[in-house]
Amino acid sequence: MLARLGHRLLAGLAVVLGVVTLTFFLLHLAPGDPIDIMLGPAATAEQRTAQRVTLGLDRPLPAQFASWLGRFARGDWGNSIAKGRPVRAVLGAAWPDTAWLVALSLLLSYLAGLAIGAVQAARNGSRLDTILSVSTVTLFAMPGYWLGLMLVLVFTYWARMLPAFGTAGLDSDYLQGGSWLIDRLRHLALPLATLTLIGIGGTARFARGAMLETLSQPFIVTARAKGLRPRRVVGHHALRNALTPVVTLLGLSLPALFSGAVFVEAVFAWPGVGRVLVEAVKARDYPVVMAATAISAVLVVAGNMIADVLAAWVDPRVRGRSAMP
Amino acid sequence: MTQLLRDRRGAFGFLVLVVVVVCAIAAPLVTNGDPIAQRDIVATRFIPPLSSDPHGVFHPIGTDRFGRDVWTRLVYGARISMGVGVLAVLISLAVGVVVGAVAGYWRGPLSIALLGLTDFALAVPRVVLLLLLAALWQPSTALVVTVLGLTGWMGIARLMHGEVRALAARPFVEAAVAVGARRLRILARHIVPNALTPVIAAAALGIGNAIILESGLSYLGLGVQAPTPSWGNMIASGNDTLVNAPWVATAPGIALVLVVIACTQLGDALRDVLDPNVRRAP
Repeated sequence: MLARLGHRLLAGLAVVLGVVTLTFFLLHLAPGDPIDIMLGPAATAEQRTAQRVTLGLDRPLPAQFASWLGRFARGDWGNSIAKGRPVRAVLGAAWPDTAWLVALSLLLSYLAGLAIGAVQAARNGSRLDTILSVSTVTLFAMPGYWLGLMLVLVFTYWARMLPAFGTAGLDSDYLQGGSWLIDRLRHLALPLATLTLIGIGGTARFARGAMLETLSQPFIVTARAKGLRPRRVVGHHALRNALTPVVTLLGLSLPALFSGAVFVEAVFAWPGVGRVLVEAVKARDYPVVMAATAISAVLVVAGNMIADVLAAWVDPRVRGRSAMP
Repeated sequence: MTQLLRDRRGAFGFLVLVVVVVCAIAAPLVTNGDPIAQRDIVATRFIPPLSSDPHGVFHPIGTDRFGRDVWTRLVYGARISMGVGVLAVLISLAVGVVVGAVAGYWRGPLSIALLGLTDFALAVPRVVLLLLLAALWQPSTALVVTVLGLTGWMGIARLMHGEVRALAARPFVEAAVAVGARRLRILARHIVPNALTPVIAAAALGIGNAIILESGLSYLGLGVQAPTPSWGNMIASGNDTLVNAPWVATAPGIALVLVVIACTQLGDALRDVLDPNVRRAP
């Protein structure tokens, strides 16, 4: 297990390095110049050259890349070109908002998705199964930002129940205790619902497939033949075994959720990493884009590794496999 | 084909896609006028669905803030959105099939390199890459197609690789080797056509995915540029007028969801029909 994990770790590092290299050269090969955006069209040639030297953009690309990589690894992520603030401060302020939005929606969509998938598989072919299938397929097909807009339309403009943007109300600083929490939760409700509903579409479909596969295996027939109650067969025997593929999916859905968050954050003006990334890309803010890309690559790789470990934890057979060469 | 249509999912997906494609092709016949032209803006903007403007022109799903007919834009937008989806998947198919087939048939360093490349490309966060490419170069429809195509081939390559590897061990391939056919010919004529079935089903799913991503990019302003209508930038423009004209954002979204559902259902049905192992009694 450890050797396998080490191998995965190395491969993961290689992927992160590859992504960062690719991003760096794409950024610098693309037309357009951050200097134009910083100084505007009125700048003289001397001003532009001076600014270029200050930012180190006049050096050869490989040299720029090497020095960026060195500084990045040591924790010096540079300053945002567009905002002038350190990249770490920009991302540091943004990432908690994305992290808890994504983590909560991951948890909720998996719990709900598993439950829905299990119910569907247990009642395979029933009317309930059909209704749930139609709903999950529909959710699966929805772009997150559009679902978000529709929720805003219904809950903000029509029902006037929930706020549509930001993480907190304007008066948030003056609220205390319970009312502060309620304010935050009310702001969280719509983005979280959007991301979770989209997630449920995928997980429920997948969980249903995994459950159906497990339910058709001989040991389930045995369990039934022993006279166990159907609820126990489904909940205890089948669900545990169907968890392995679902957990593997968990690792793969982390990047998907992050992508979803990029769009959902745009709809709800949620001040997270996704919005920072979109703004930075539009402004050609090299240091911010590089750091955000590196972080999202780490996130993807980490997601896959966590899924690996979890899969070993749920399924002894996967654990055993590493004993063999 | 009949088998596909007998499957409820297949029939649904097929019907929806046929209707949308026919409407998109026959756009001038089923709509009233130019999707981009702005006429008497003050009099004709924000006309609600199912009503006529002061000039007596009927608007089935209303008008947007420039007085443009939403139905007309929806149908012309279908041309763009469907076109982008299909073309992007064609690019993914071409790259994926070649990479997967070569990696599956030739063992050795080339195969390892190609598989490594596929795994690497799979691990790259797709939306981040899409954002980067779309924002760095001048946003345009051609760019969106290329970028979606070049970031969507990995799943197809993986599928193809598995299929080719399994087929290469089959007796009919041995027979072809025995009669002295060249390797490239064996691959192109004997193996690839037999490996294509699951790939086609995956491609149908890919079209839905590409349409969603295109609309997302256009929504962020990085995809198809206004005034050319695409479902994504229509939703984006409806975003600002959500309160007084909700139909502007709602209609293209519903169209998009319907088409994507149709693609996934058709893909699922295709996979079942084409796969002899799942085939049920006739």
